Amino acid sequence: MKITKEIIELHGLKSDEYSKIKLLMNREPNYLELGIFSAMWNEHCSYKSSKIHLKKLPVKNKNVIQGPGENAGVIDIGEGDAIVFKIESHNHPSFIEPYQGAATGVGGILRDVFTMGARPIALLNSIHFGDPSNKKTKNLLNGVVSGIGGYGNCIGIPTVAGETKFNNTYNENILVNAMAVGLVNKKKIFYSKAKGINKAVVYVGSKTGRDGIHGASMASAEFDENSEDKKPTVQVGDPFTEKLLMEACLELMKKDSIISIQDMGAAGLTSSSVEMAFKGGLGIELDLDKIPCREENMSPYEMMLSESQERMLIILEDGKENEARQIFKKWDLDFVVIGKTTDTKNLSLKFKNEVVATIPIEALSSKAPLYDRKWVKKKFDKKKINLKEHKKIKFDKAFFELISSPNHSNKQWVTEQYDQMVMGNTIERSGADAAIVKIHQKDKAIALTVDSSANYCKSHPLSGGKQIVCESWRNLISVGAKPIAITNCLNFGNPENPEVMGQFAENILGIKEACEFLDYPVVSGNVSFYNGTNNNNIYPTPVIGGVGLIKNLNKIKNHKFKKIDSHILIIGKTFGHLDQSAFINELYNIHDGMPPEINLLNEKNNGEMILKLIANENINSVHDISSGGIIIALAEMSISSQVGVKIQKPQKISNIFEYFFGEDQGRYLIEVEKNNLSKVEKKLRENNIYFENIGTTQKDYFELEKDLKINVKELYELNNKWYNKFNGLNS
Amino acid sequence: MKFAVIITLKKDVLDPQGKVVEHTLQSMGINSLKNLRQGKYIEIDLNETDEKKAHNIIEDMCKKLLVNLIIEEYKIKKI
Amino acid sequence: MNSSVIVFPGSNCDRDVATALTNLQFKNKMVWHKDSELPKSDLIVIPGGFSYGDYLRSGAIAAKSNILKEVIKAANSGCLVLGICNGFQILIETGLLRGALLRNKDLKFVSKDINLKIINNENKFCNKYKKNSIISLNIAHNEGNYFTQRDHLKELEDNNLIPFKYCDKEGSINENSNPNGSLNNIAGILNNKKNILGMMPHPERMVDNLISNSNGVELFTSILS
Repeated sequence: MKITKEIIELHGLKSDEYSKIKLLMNREPNYLELGIFSAMWNEHCSYKSSKIHLKKLPVKNKNVIQGPGENAGVIDIGEGDAIVFKIESHNHPSFIEPYQGAATGVGGILRDVFTMGARPIALLNSIHFGDPSNKKTKNLLNGVVSGIGGYGNCIGIPTVAGETKFNNTYNENILVNAMAVGLVNKKKIFYSKAKGINKAVVYVGSKTGRDGIHGASMASAEFDENSEDKKPTVQVGDPFTEKLLMEACLELMKKDSIISIQDMGAAGLTSSSVEMAFKGGLGIELDLDKIPCREENMSPYEMMLSESQERMLIILEDGKENEARQIFKKWDLDFVVIGKTTDTKNLSLKFKNEVVATIPIEALSSKAPLYDRKWVKKKFDKKKINLKEHKKIKFDKAFFELISSPNHSNKQWVTEQYDQMVMGNTIERSGADAAIVKIHQKDKAIALTVDSSANYCKSHPLSGGKQIVCESWRNLISVGAKPIAITNCLNFGNPENPEVMGQFAENILGIKEACEFLDYPVVSGNVSFYNGTNNNNIYPTPVIGGVGLIKNLNKIKNHKFKKIDSHILIIGKTFGHLDQSAFINELYNIHDGMPPEINLLNEKNNGEMILKLIANENINSVHDISSGGIIIALAEMSISSQVGVKIQKPQKISNIFEYFFGEDQGRYLIEVEKNNLSKVEKKLRENNIYFENIGTTQKDYFELEKDLKINVKELYELNNKWYNKFNGLNS
Repeated sequence: MKFAVIITLKKDVLDPQGKVVEHTLQSMGINSLKNLRQGKYIEIDLNETDEKKAHNIIEDMCKKLLVNLIIEEYKIKKI
Repeated sequence: MNSSVIVFPGSNCDRDVATALTNLQFKNKMVWHKDSELPKSDLIVIPGGFSYGDYLRSGAIAAKSNILKEVIKAANSGCLVLGICNGFQILIETGLLRGALLRNKDLKFVSKDINLKIINNENKFCNKYKKNSIISLNIAHNEGNYFTQRDHLKELEDNNLIPFKYCDKEGSINENSNPNGSLNNIAGILNNKKNILGMMPHPERMVDNLISNSNGVELFTSILS
């Protein structure tokens, strides 16, 4: 087939990129080769627009065993144990088919983790939908939630934390980010780097179908006369097969048979084989007649670009084939030697006894295009909101509205669809500041959280980048964990738009600054560009997945009030920053202004102080103050414990709304028993930590002087009512 | 007027359930089994006498709700 | 006491229940579904999970496996058999227990801690619980909505074959405290000889106060006594 301009375009390649291909190949590529280039050179595989920015992120410290560049990041948690984790997006597939899109997103990220030899022990997710009143939202939401549950529940890995958010910026482009966390013996970590020549390349797992093949070939009318068959086939997740694949791989990994292993994710067989060969400085030769196919008459093009799920590529040590084959047979999985490593440094494909493609591996990886795309700095809107210029609203009304709003209402109806307890180690589940998962049969645990704040990042990408790292840090601190490292999923619009690229560049700088200051490195991640439609880009939405370590299981805290008559202290200073707050956003529908400032020094001091207080057992409960300010944080503590509060307004505050709804950063609420109060206050003063005592816990009522009084049971109902209304109305 | 709607996954879409059922039957000794795919069967009774109209109504039901057109296809039969 | 945990492809609570059993001093063995021999056992546990992906019907394919023939033989000769969640579904598919487990009334997977009232404690599985006491266990299932014919239901009620029912914190057994639509809030049933128990809640998830609570411990220690 002749490579025409249209075909190149359909493959998403620019004309200068095609010229580069010809130069690297020293000839015109054939159709199959073009398909392979397009798969490897697209944004998803090549990181061509993001790489130069990502390089700025801190990726190392004494805890990091493996940073970005492998299937997932690895950190040391002592005693020979390591934690493997990564977050990844599956936004576009989930918009097309929410159940399968979300399910395969979970499946993909799990493979990234067990590929490295780790047994997955927890799943998390961050899902963002359009306005609840948007017609599509309900369907997408229900589909995504049951897809995430369907996959995680079946494979038997607990979904322990997550966030579900609504904003009309996602009306036409939802976000589905899934994070997986695994546990591995430090000495038994597996990597994707191939070693040695003439080693067997083995295909294991499910058969290859025409799933998710790049739209390019399918849309080309000349390709086939039957047009119905040309749409890319939606990938269907099969968690049962993945469970078998996981058990089989983990069983094989106990032996010394594997040189390298790589899952077939995006761009399937192509990217996995190229990745392994490139890292080892080798070539790879595949015999496509041997690929286990699900459909008849599959072409080499389809086999190489198929994104069928639940497949892996393994390079085996000599003489280990039978042993390995037996294991996969036991689990009823395909196991086929499909090729070998070579010293040619080429990807060489044979089909029906003919060489059908020969491409230098480097051309597909290190020589892929890299762009320093044009970007512009965000212009800021320095105007501060003046509440006096806007409609008057009663304090209690405002609070009731916010606590029952889609974004602040209870998400139990989501998390009850996820098995959070399987594996028997979940100490703290969804709803806590961070989930806590015990390390099986050891006296330690990890804390896990995922966070995002698109509103802040949209209005000030640099500050938003810092904020979201700090928020993650704070959430881990609040349960008594020492934050160790993060993974990030960077969801942005079209990188060819200089404003979007500017958001990206500045956001990365913000993340970098906070990560460096807090010694909280990035060990893995994923970039998802082109979120948006018709030049309507989504708000920049970096999602941070944080992992912390708890060394003493007796020093764990949550945000539930424990007793009545305890004192409630705010740690950190309240200035009353309302711009970009949930209060202003949701109640006034005002979206301009600057987000609250980040003071990294205070952030660090306050956080470390909280950890000390927890370690000395001076405090009963902790909660970080985030979206919705002090009053929403207090409400969350009351709702979860059904213990009320009696709050006094500090005398010097100028405005009750600013004080209680403001979203100043670096703050926590702590519950201190009466007899510990002087001790705790003394400690705070000694360490120059700013704090205010704002009241006490009490039975039954959530109360703020004359401005607000509600029974905690009613408050619970209020916090839960939104979903039932939403679910009832639209069904 | 009664109709049956048979919904199956499109030809190229992976059918995890069918695959496992097929494999189990084969391992139970049913060697002649070549391929098995699983679907849904729905019976619908309509208050409508014009067959063509009725067919259109069912077609509409399929497109609006019964069938996930992204991964499924359907056949309508009068019974 | 010797216990065996049967492992199917897709079982995922096998390790959890094995950990609980071992910590409570059972001598436990894991038994692979393709095995045709069962180790000497006083207790056989069919664990939760998604055997064969729950494909076709939950438990249907596992019920046809090699090892189940041995489990049925052992059960018929009086060995204690405990089926938890998917294990309950499998026991129903084999015919060792009667009735059916339908989709939950809300048609959604439900995972949460629920309350159970001990209705009958005069059996090998519940003798350490006090009659009418309320315990909290975790459930996590799609198909736990127990259904059976009217005459069988009467038999279950009349012959003390229902060890526990879903209730609220105060112990009321009503529609609001029924998480999945089960007939009469049934959370588990025994066979006539009371040596086979099938239950939807997961006792093995409630054996450690640090993680959840220890309300599940008595179920295992009942068996030991």
